[in-house]
Amino acid sequence: MNMIVCVKQVIDPEAPPASFKIDTASNSVVPPAGVPPVISPFDEQAVEAALRLKDAMGGTITAVSLGTGLLRDVVKKPLSMGADELVLLEDSAFDGGDSWSTAAALAAAIKKIGEYDIIFCGRQAADWDSGQVGSGLAEILGLPSVTLAKKVEVTDGKATVERVIPDGYEVVEVSLPALITVSNELGEPRYATIKGIMAAKRKEPVVWTPADLGIDTSQIGVAGRRTKMLRLFQPVREGTCEIIEGEDEADAGANLAKKLSEAKLL
Amino acid sequence: MADNKGVMILAEVGDGKLAAIATELLGAGRKLADDLGEELSAVMIGSGVGALAQEAIAFGADKVYVVDDALLKDYRTDSYMAVMEKVAKEVMPRVLLMGQNSIGRDLAPRLAFRLDTTATMDCVELAIDPDSKMLLQTKPVYGGNARAIFTSESMPQMATLRVKAGEPLARDDSRKGEVVNIDAGLDASAIRTEVKDTVLEEIEGIKLEDASVVVSGGRGIGGPEGFKDLEELAKLLKAAVGASRPPCDNGWVPDTIQVGLTGKIVSPDVYIAVAISGSSQHLAGCSGSKNIIAINRDAEANIFKEAAYGVVGDWKKVVPAFRDKLKELLG
Ligand SMILES: Cc1cc2nc3c(=O)[nH]c(=O)nc-3n(C[C@@H](O)[C@H](O)[C@H](O)COP(=O)(O)OP(=O)(O)OC[C@H]3O[C@@H](n4cnc5c(N)ncnc54)[C@H](O)[C@@H]3O)c2cc1C
Ligand SMILES: Cc1cc2nc3c(=O)[nH]c(=O)nc-3n(C[C@H](O)[C@H](O)[C@H](O)COP(=O)(O)OP(=O)(O)OC[C@H]3O[C@@H](n4cnc5c(N)ncnc54)[C@H](O)[C@@H]3O)c2cc1C
Repeated sequence: MNMIVCVKQVIDPEAPPASFKIDTASNSVVPPAGVPPVISPFDEQAVEAALRLKDAMGGTITAVSLGTGLLRDVVKKPLSMGADELVLLEDSAFDGGDSWSTAAALAAAIKKIGEYDIIFCGRQAADWDSGQVGSGLAEILGLPSVTLAKKVEVTDGKATVERVIPDGYEVVEVSLPALITVSNELGEPRYATIKGIMAAKRKEPVVWTPADLGIDTSQIGVAGRRTKMLRLFQPVREGTCEIIEGEDEADAGANLAKKLSEAKLL
Repeated sequence: MADNKGVMILAEVGDGKLAAIATELLGAGRKLADDLGEELSAVMIGSGVGALAQEAIAFGADKVYVVDDALLKDYRTDSYMAVMEKVAKEVMPRVLLMGQNSIGRDLAPRLAFRLDTTATMDCVELAIDPDSKMLLQTKPVYGGNARAIFTSESMPQMATLRVKAGEPLARDDSRKGEVVNIDAGLDASAIRTEVKDTVLEEIEGIKLEDASVVVSGGRGIGGPEGFKDLEELAKLLKAAVGASRPPCDNGWVPDTIQVGLTGKIVSPDVYIAVAISGSSQHLAGCSGSKNIIAINRDAEANIFKEAAYGVVGDWKKVVPAFRDKLKELLG
């Protein structure tokens, strides 16, 4: 099994909402001070999905990340979890893209990597929450796709995927090669092992530029964008919460009941 | 490009009815079509769905394209892709909208790439710019911490609309419209996925999406036993039980009751958040509630910024007293 996992470095989505700031002049997000970026959580789960298949049937896993300012400690996480190779598309020409130009660049890198049975993506990147790059890659590469996977198994050249739907899941069979996007229902990604961390430290990522991919720079980054962002803003919260007090916590609970019933809410 | 005209929505059908998301899209689409002075059309895909075309008209469509084929009984990426590609190329709409649900999430991005255009996912507001006539697509980003307004010049301008973000029109059966049948022209061998089974995790009682009162528990509930207490409260209030993500991820409750950005979107009259901190991703699923009530032992918890009423305290002490008093008051 040859697997490719697309992994994006993002601002930690679990940072407290109060630390979130926007620079309205440049329409951009100010990374919160002292909170290091992380691998988008669903992408970590995509790595986990690949590792489970590798555990079961062997194979290699190549992680691919596109971006600028990629921190080695962050983007090497898939390696420390057990992935074999790391490819970085790190060049200012790749920067500032939208789902369209990001998918175009990643597809070119995947073609260059060559052989694969499954490409894994996260269900959506935890910053722009778009959820398009996976399906876009499948379309560009002409592959079948299954989105929102919570379990992936492979037998006889076919993958059986449990796909999350609102009230349960579907069991979908897909021929390989295929693209699969992974949702959090897959379960916790494994911790990096000491051995993995040591191996990741020694491993140098492969860095590709647009020229290495033979892709025209008009297709990628800002130049390849199809969407224009007019405005980025933080919605204002009215927020006036009435705190109900009492002699003790139980009394406050009883007073809350009185309050809600007086306000005819319950 | 100048040839693209009109607003088109995907009208999903479920359980022999027009799905709620279809009426929401028709409501939102009607407004856009009127602002453009152009037509609103609905695409209805399935097996034996033609009978529902009139219903789409009653909810606002001028024209309904029906694609009826036994192969379209259940959603498959490849078959729906083929049909939507065909319809979009034939009709050439200016705007093409779907719901941000399990079909739209899967279909919209892929279709956008195939049609050589782009989509904005999970919009909460859609409007026509009065000057440029472009579709203004407002979408929460960074888990809901911010919003961005996008436009795209490639046609059709595609977007998915968040569940419950569109306002359905009142049903009017006297509305007139046209129904057009389009042949699916499907090749079964081109469908590369096969659904072997569908496993539904039935939840007893009131459906979370439809409930007017929701009692939700978070990580601070501590385990499955704690949710029994919340269920008891919910029963008393004829409410549905929801959860933030950690209780689902930890297996205390089924995944299907997760509320939030990647779970269910609810907008009840009263949303009682117990031991939930109020992350932006959780609020994405419940901020449409009329009243949020928060019970949390941390006075600084973000949930209090969204709540109308709150109690600062240990839920294990607050909730039983709250429930007993309610029992007394509701008699
Ligand atoms: C200043 C600024 C301006 C922007 N302006 C726009 C704009 O005008 N229009 C617009 O659409 N977007 C804009 N973006 C967001 C854009 O850069 C997105 O990151 C881009 O659309 C990629 O898609 P996504 O992050 O939404 O990925 P999704 O489609 O949500 O990602 C799905 C999956 O694809 C894979 N993936 C995605 N990105 C990468 C990556 N970089 N490396 C490896 N794998 C990846 C991952 O597996 C991920 O889980 C802007 C961003 C910034 C910082
Ligand atoms: C891309 C993305 C998508 C996500 N989608 C979702 C989603 O759809 N839904 C979702 O919910 N989350 C989602 N999350 C996760 C989200 O970021 C938060 O991690 C999650 O919502 C936190 O859940 P919580 O509030 O229950 O837990 P915590 O943040 O850990 O909060 C627990 C709260 O319980 C309180 N508490 C503890 N003990 C008690 C007690 N005895 N009495 C009273 N209060 C107590 C604490 O004070 C605390 O405020 C997503 C994350 C990402 C990155």
